[in-house]
Amino acid sequence: MNKRNYISLFSFFVILLVVLQSCHVDPVIKDELPADNIRLIVPAGWPSPEYDFSTNLLTKEGFVLGRKLFYEPKLSRNNTISCGSCHQQFAAFSHLDHKVSHGIDGLLGTRNAPGLFNLNWHTSFMWDGGINHIEVQPLGPIANVVEMDEDINNVVSKLQGDADYRRMFREAFGTETITTQLILKAMAQFQGMLVSYNSKYDRYSRGETSLSTNEMNGLNLFQQKCNSCHTAPLFTNHQFMNNGLDSVFADAGRGRITMLAADSGTFKVPSLRNIALTRQYMHDGRFETLEEVLDHYSSGVVNSSTISADVVGGIPLTAQEKADIISFLKTLSDYTFINDPRFADPF
Amino acid sequence: MKTLKYISILTIAISIVFTSCKKDPDEEPTPVTPAATTGNLNLHFENKVDTNALVLSTQLYTNANGDTFNVTKFDYYISNIKLLKAGVVKYTETESYHLLKANDLTSLDLSLANVPYDTYDAIQFMIGVDSARNVSGSQTGALDPANGMFWTWSSGYIMLKMEGTSPQSTATSNALLFHVGGFSGVNNTLKTVSPSFNAETAIVSSTITPEIHFAVDLSEMFKNPTTVSFAALNTIHMPGAGAKTVADNYADMFSVEHIHN
Repeated sequence: MNKRNYISLFSFFVILLVVLQSCHVDPVIKDELPADNIRLIVPAGWPSPEYDFSTNLLTKEGFVLGRKLFYEPKLSRNNTISCGSCHQQFAAFSHLDHKVSHGIDGLLGTRNAPGLFNLNWHTSFMWDGGINHIEVQPLGPIANVVEMDEDINNVVSKLQGDADYRRMFREAFGTETITTQLILKAMAQFQGMLVSYNSKYDRYSRGETSLSTNEMNGLNLFQQKCNSCHTAPLFTNHQFMNNGLDSVFADAGRGRITMLAADSGTFKVPSLRNIALTRQYMHDGRFETLEEVLDHYSSGVVNSSTISADVVGGIPLTAQEKADIISFLKTLSDYTFINDPRFADPF
Repeated sequence: MKTLKYISILTIAISIVFTSCKKDPDEEPTPVTPAATTGNLNLHFENKVDTNALVLSTQLYTNANGDTFNVTKFDYYISNIKLLKAGVVKYTETESYHLLKANDLTSLDLSLANVPYDTYDAIQFMIGVDSARNVSGSQTGALDPANGMFWTWSSGYIMLKMEGTSPQSTATSNALLFHVGGFSGVNNTLKTVSPSFNAETAIVSSTITPEIHFAVDLSEMFKNPTTVSFAALNTIHMPGAGAKTVADNYADMFSVEHIHN
């Protein structure tokens, strides 16, 4: 090759390089955790989800950004508390062994941090249902003075000042201008992907495995005595009910939102999926074990003005029945979910 | 010869790469601009207490109950603006959400765009944010929760926020805190209003951008139909009876002062 040939070849590669760069090649996800199979999940036999990402296009980049934000302590005033602080994956995103959680500066909340999964099927969030949409849910704990105590404006500026976030917002939404809306859309993508549908019970329902005699007895008892409120497949009826914990209400629960006497002392019926992984129990975390929970329903129910008719007089259970129900409840633990590396802390 | 060969390969390669790029070629022919048939209409809002211009913090006022008070904050939403002619809606603003803040004079001037040339004799808008946007997840612009007009613990917009002090207030530091909201059921505070043009019209044409001047009388929050005593009602921070009372009162706080054509 003569010199001119080298020059043409060289200029060819230079031009190719320039052109290729201007092409805007798909961004490379730098985070090491996997983010594969990011799509709307609707397990067979489940109702249609209330939130199906139709107004928030679900993408791998959006999910990865939402995951990082979920575990981001900069969401709190002094950069110490993230969503993941009180919602731990190994506990199905509840706060294991905590009656209530300690938020910023060690301050205690008043309610037990619930597990987070299957949120796309909910139209209300928190024990009192005060939050009406999955996208605006994070605003509650961010603003709460005993949780993260941060102004969302500060969150926006902290993230805006971080080159890594600017890159991730560009990759997810095509802009480096970070807004509340984009933060919340990304977080909804992560939280909406937290679908738990691979417990032993689910595999049994799909005909992939069988239940033991005790588990089977428990399932039958459950269907007779518990399913009217903790309705399968989500194991909640999404209603607000008073399950007979107190005669006088230290916490008005749903009544705090509606200001209606009829709602005082009622709380959102929690899903029982992953229940064996999410102790402690009840809105204030007063019970440490499932045995205590069943003892309550069997013999501890107290009357009050708003008690649910379903629990008036209690739901008497023998020791064997309690043991069987607990065997069944343990089949609702989804180990695939709590070990899914896509949902892990990227920090 | 070899050089020629390289050059041809080069040309082919570049053209392939460029084609694969799809750099949004502007191939649309430039349309012939039709004669304009729409213009703008401006809205100017002047906050007042009775007949006096609202002066934040330093000015003392007296409410209908005889209680004295000052105002440190007065912010409210206006949404779903429509223009009418002979009782028929002729113009509906798209994405019609505006946050007016007493401490930000620029926020008190709105400009409606793409208004068809016509002579309008009425306007209609909502004080607050319609219920749909209260239940539709994260919003941006005027509806960004970062504006401080969104309850994070009980989802919904604060339609109107007035803060100040009054010696008659029994709250800590004699505070007045009226965060009025609630978008559904018995707690609905939304008010769709149509302040009278007083027989005037607003003419949008190729030569005229009209401007409608509104007076927004804060004192209406505390009277008609319910006279508010600050000893009895000084703090509203959630939907409910108090918010309803104040919203029912302020439904008539907007009035058209005059229209420039």
